[in-house]
Amino acid sequence: MNLRRLLSIVVKELRQLRRDRLTFAMIVGIPTMQLLLFGYAINLDIRNLDAAVLDQAQTAHSREVIAALGETHVMNFKYRLSVPQQLDDLLRAGKISAGLVIPPDFERRLIVQDRVPMQIVVDGSDQVTQQAARQLAALPLVGVLNPGGSQNPNQTAGNVEIVNFYNPERLAPVNTVPGLIGVILTMTMVLFTAMAIVRERERGNLEFLIATPVSPGELTIGKVLPFVGIGLIQTTVVLLLGTLIFHVPIRGTLLDVYTSALVFIIASLSLGVFISTLAQTQFQSMQLAFFTFLPQILLSGFMFPYAGMPVPAQWLAEIFPMTHFVRLIRGIMLRGSGLADLWPELAALGVFTVVVLTIAVARTRKRLD
Amino acid sequence: MTATPAPVPASGHLPPQAGEGKAGEVAIRARGLTKRFGSVVAVDNVDLNVERAQVYGFLGPNGSGKSTTIRMLCGLLLPSAGDIEVLGYRIPEQAELLKRRIGYMTQKFSLYDDLTVYENLDFVAAVHEFDRARARKRIDELLDRYWLGDMRKRLAATLSGGQKQRLALAAAVLHAPDLLLLDEPTSAVDPQSRREFWDSLFDLVDGGTTILVSTHYMDEAERCHRLAILDHGRLVADGSPQELMDQLPGMALLVECANARKAQVALNGLPGVIAMAQIGAHLRVLTEGGDARANVAKKLQESGIEARVEKTSPNLEDVFVAATRRPDRDTATKEART
Repeated sequence: MNLRRLLSIVVKELRQLRRDRLTFAMIVGIPTMQLLLFGYAINLDIRNLDAAVLDQAQTAHSREVIAALGETHVMNFKYRLSVPQQLDDLLRAGKISAGLVIPPDFERRLIVQDRVPMQIVVDGSDQVTQQAARQLAALPLVGVLNPGGSQNPNQTAGNVEIVNFYNPERLAPVNTVPGLIGVILTMTMVLFTAMAIVRERERGNLEFLIATPVSPGELTIGKVLPFVGIGLIQTTVVLLLGTLIFHVPIRGTLLDVYTSALVFIIASLSLGVFISTLAQTQFQSMQLAFFTFLPQILLSGFMFPYAGMPVPAQWLAEIFPMTHFVRLIRGIMLRGSGLADLWPELAALGVFTVVVLTIAVARTRKRLD
Repeated sequence: MTATPAPVPASGHLPPQAGEGKAGEVAIRARGLTKRFGSVVAVDNVDLNVERAQVYGFLGPNGSGKSTTIRMLCGLLLPSAGDIEVLGYRIPEQAELLKRRIGYMTQKFSLYDDLTVYENLDFVAAVHEFDRARARKRIDELLDRYWLGDMRKRLAATLSGGQKQRLALAAAVLHAPDLLLLDEPTSAVDPQSRREFWDSLFDLVDGGTTILVSTHYMDEAERCHRLAILDHGRLVADGSPQELMDQLPGMALLVECANARKAQVALNGLPGVIAMAQIGAHLRVLTEGGDARANVAKKLQESGIEARVEKTSPNLEDVFVAATRRPDRDTATKEART
């Protein structure tokens, strides 16, 4: 490993990067765009579901129930209906996601308590909506539904209160932004490295280079080093925008945040280097990189809770660097954990890096065949 | 018949760190060099001997194994069989040591399009461990020598074919290598630039550099000190251009007649005729020699074509055509050689 040579490769990469306007723009553009987009758009906490209400009872109680449900802002009663057929039509047309049906014998059902007093009809084609409706059904409407005060044993489930510990205001960005650092780093780091290395091969530069004393190690490290810096810049952009726009807290130390980001960046770069040893063209490396993105983003716990996944999927998730990074960054930023608490995640990233890089180096030969 | 075995020095063993670059010493020696890609034999049992401070040419059609041979010689490809010794290094084992002493210019421009002329050379200098001061001095020298002084801040992508090629040559010789391997260096260059380029090559040879160059231009091949003709991966001729031409005594005929086209049709398929080419109003006929001249004259007479058939001195194209004409002939030649 010759330092002058290594440095010259880094300088060359930076010079090329400076002239590659698109890539240069993507370095800052991707995190900014994704943060704004996902920060505002990804909201798994359902609010303002378009809904209709079919009140066939038209009593004081029924109106009270409708008002109470309306106050939760989960459902936005856009339509007041008079016949059940209208509800079917609206659901099928996709104009509403849910409908509240209060039967004509609502009062009788409340008193006799032989049948469920009311119904929420849900568009089952959307899983998230279903979930929201289930939450809604569990709302403590006891005061409204039991005017007599007698407690129905079947309705105790409806009294369970959901306490949201780390995100009491249920603001989605607080959950999304830390994980978003992981998504952005995964996308850019893996893709940029894989493409940068393969580009050299595709354009024929490699044929010249391997006839010189450059070693594969120097070439790889020299090409990858600038991206470590770029990854840290991206992390900073997301952190800044996250705190300024979405008021995402950083409860742990900034040093821990950057340490985990750095380790994760290196793990992602290793994956990129590995992909570059498989791909012959930039297009192939792009496809391979995208092939690793989806499972990482879907299984890492960023989108869906890890605990809810089947066991084989959990094993798979354990392999991905992003799973560990999401745990690290959420722990540090939201729960105020330190790296001392989360060292197994850091260790997992380290193991991933060593294993993948070893395979990649073993596959790299300074020859054309 | 047209091919002669390369003169193999009986005991030409080189010390591993020999580097004086004296003429007469061997720079490249290969024995039984073979490269197979799956079932395709790209290079087939080639023996080579390249002396120092010479321009050694590889002449052959596309796909004849020129590039593959050059790549094997500098350790970029692993040979399937055979022994290679370049500048005293065993290849591929000692390829890394060799790489400090060779310059390699690829067929396709392989420097960085998105770097300037100076930045490209600066990078190559750093790769060869030049410190900054030495790099600057050497680059200035090269920019001057290869008329690139005005281009130093131009992106390589914006250079013309000839300029790109001079830049590539500057990069390949930056560390003053003992051996320069050039893979069809003039394929994308105009005739004027080609001439200038060859002048630069001879300057380098005067400085003691050995040059191995592949080409498919006859005029370039003619300028080499020594020439190897490759065909379908086999070495079918090896010698100085003059030697190779001398091996075709009386085989080239010039037919002068009123209608060369008609004469060509008449002679088509005549036994003993290898190839014909119309040169202006004349017809050039390459034959197997012997009484071919009489046969040709007789055939033309029978066809009612009034013509004068003269012997003419063979050129390199005749050598090339005779050497690469038929696979079965090549096999026979090959067997005769080994």
